[in-house]
Amino acid sequence: MTALTGLRVIELAREPIALAGKLLADMGADVVLVEPTAGDPARLIPPFLDDRPGPDRSLWWWHHHSSKRGVCLDLDEDEGRQCFLRLIDEADILIESEPAGRLEGLGLDHGDLLRIRPELIHVSVTPYGRASAHAGDPFTDLTLMAGAGPVWSSGYDDHNLPPVRGSDSQAYYTGCHFAVMSALTALIHRMATGEGQFIDVSMHQASNVSTEGGSYCWLVARETVERKTGRHASSFPTSETQVRCRDGLWVSSGVPPRIPEEFARMIAWVQELGLYEHFPEAVFLEMGADPKTCPSIADIGISDEATAIYSAGREALVLIAESMDAHAFFIGSQQRNIPSGIIYAPEEAFEDPHFRARGLQVQVEHPELGRRFRYVGAPYVLSASPWKITRRAPMLGEHQAEILGR
Amino acid sequence: MNETICATPAKGALTGIRICDFTGQLAGAGATRWLAAFGAEVIRIEDPVRQGGWDILRGVPPYKDGQTGLDRGGAFNNHNVGKLGITLNMKTARAREMLEQIIRQSDCVTENFAAGVLERWGFGFDRMREIKPDIIYVTNCGFGYSGPYRSFKTWGPIVQAVSGLTFASGLPDQPPAGWGYSYMDHTGAYYMAIAILLAIVHRQRTGQGQWVDLACTESALTLNGPAILDWTVNQRPSRRPGQPNSNRSAHDAMAPHGIYRCSGDDEWVAIACRDDADWRRLAALPDGPVSPELACYNLGERLARQDMLDENIERWTASRQKFDIQRLLREAGIPCSAVQKPEERVDLDQDTADLWPVVTHGLMGDVRVDGLPVRFSATPWRMNRGAPCLGEHNEDVFGRLLGLAPAEVAQLRAEGVI
Repeated sequence: MTALTGLRVIELAREPIALAGKLLADMGADVVLVEPTAGDPARLIPPFLDDRPGPDRSLWWWHHHSSKRGVCLDLDEDEGRQCFLRLIDEADILIESEPAGRLEGLGLDHGDLLRIRPELIHVSVTPYGRASAHAGDPFTDLTLMAGAGPVWSSGYDDHNLPPVRGSDSQAYYTGCHFAVMSALTALIHRMATGEGQFIDVSMHQASNVSTEGGSYCWLVARETVERKTGRHASSFPTSETQVRCRDGLWVSSGVPPRIPEEFARMIAWVQELGLYEHFPEAVFLEMGADPKTCPSIADIGISDEATAIYSAGREALVLIAESMDAHAFFIGSQQRNIPSGIIYAPEEAFEDPHFRARGLQVQVEHPELGRRFRYVGAPYVLSASPWKITRRAPMLGEHQAEILGR
Repeated sequence: MNETICATPAKGALTGIRICDFTGQLAGAGATRWLAAFGAEVIRIEDPVRQGGWDILRGVPPYKDGQTGLDRGGAFNNHNVGKLGITLNMKTARAREMLEQIIRQSDCVTENFAAGVLERWGFGFDRMREIKPDIIYVTNCGFGYSGPYRSFKTWGPIVQAVSGLTFASGLPDQPPAGWGYSYMDHTGAYYMAIAILLAIVHRQRTGQGQWVDLACTESALTLNGPAILDWTVNQRPSRRPGQPNSNRSAHDAMAPHGIYRCSGDDEWVAIACRDDADWRRLAALPDGPVSPELACYNLGERLARQDMLDENIERWTASRQKFDIQRLLREAGIPCSAVQKPEERVDLDQDTADLWPVVTHGLMGDVRVDGLPVRFSATPWRMNRGAPCLGEHNEDVFGRLLGLAPAEVAQLRAEGVI
């Protein structure tokens, strides 16, 4: 068995919560995905197998609904509601993202469900929370990210360019992370007391508390951070951290030297590459390498000397990075204990030998196609609770008979 | 929410669970922060020699009222609300012995050091299991405990770079924009919290502890699922001309879909048409951004002319206030949001009115912090106490767990053990 083996989860299929169900299903929960009879519209989210659209061909669907079983129910009909209630009778967790008022209108909201199944954990994930005056407003991942802070903090030094939404779906994902943390926390409470409960997750709030200084610089000091290319937004000027290497790929030079040993290693690398003479700021590196003159990181932007010393660390990284290929810089700097990262495209990261060696690539069988495909694997490795994709995403109505007996 | 908090019973969902916590920064501290808010006893262990310097956030800005100091870092306070703070000088045998006693009484040991630090102190997982057979040990380090990069170090921006998240965030013909904050420190912390909770559930059901090897870069990679399948199934790479363009919809699912300039200084609005119906609503707006004869465009036609449509929309938004546009479009049923600045979303947004609790910190006094975006009907979260000052709970914790009298604790401090 694994951590959630035997746990029954009902997921009312909606795009924003798909990851939440997957996180539970891949850890062993029996997640039953309930779709409308015509199928969840998310079955038509691109991209598609061989670029040909079809309800069982969406790669978005494949990824997000791994390890789940699926049924179709028309909750607007009595029979569908009865079937749903029978599922709830045996369910531990319900996760849903229904439009405002819909479950209440059907007589299937948490008040109704917890009355018949007091141990149920009902997790609702909505754009602005159940009680919001905007509960019924239309939204997408893009508009949530814009309203909640991530977009304001991300983009380029050039503010003539629009601020940027980070890669797709992350506002939904952040909501899902809180949904899963909530469900498991409530489950631990239920194991101790037998008591279920209703949990109201707001995706807008979830991203609002996931913006680092975007929020707390304002909360603590009434400072407004400003977006900067490829690095932290801040209320004071900072140096660039991304460098284009010799092969045209970018690296993030990360945090430059902060303590004397780190400055000393940087000086050694500059010398090793024969670049010391081409680096007029070397004197500041030497000051950083000397414990008597190395400043505190808290003085960046406050003391001119501290700023110059830390800037010299960054500039040394730039000089080195521009002199070699991105992957060589990444490995070379990390081997010198100077943290940096190559800016990989997702597929390049997926193929990197480190992640392959750790088993991040997993094979998933698609018997209906007579093929198997490589999927991205586990977000964590639990030594006693194996993560596993137990089956590919359900086809439309695939488990109707198995689950509902018809 | 305030009413709910007042009505809260003293017992939280995780009351009775004790965490021996070496986490720091945000990627680790953010995980145990959740546990503390639900009543877990999180005992944060810091190094007295380096004055808590394991955690670089301890004394760095932002500061409340401009007052600096290693107990006054605003980010540190934010990430460590509700935790207890003790000090242990792990270079001393006595401190290691004290740690052993704490582990014996804990459910879980958590840390986000570089790989191998606890092992070097003599507290590898095997040793911890000898001390406490059902102990849960959760490590969160950049590249994990196995694989060729296991000794490499990371920060949020490096995790985002190596995992594809930085690449996937940007505009065409520009450098990667990435994330203007450590998205993966927050999200790594969420995965770490999930892992801790999973391991607790597993232990409650089987009596068995375990070790969780969480590699933050790996958690991050899993957030690119559809792009990775597009590669493994269709052999289509994300690195291709015109990509990334992350303000547009992924894989051409929607159009138009973008962030547009508004009237004012650095003011922007996001608009998305999910389908033909949204598009027709946009085209039907009186004096709107779309000329009515384009209302019949289908998705393919809108995608093909997206640059032109974006120009038309921005010409329209540029002379209008972002919140006026938001109101107008949402009333018409079209997804739209102002790009909110911190002061707008924290102080003026009614949907976050209950999100920023005030905690009391020993030196900083009352400070607002990030709350949690969840409401539990039976076991609400609570945040009352700010982050611990360095060693603030030494007397309390060493007294309760180790049975030491205040004079003994003072002696240990004088000897440099704590």
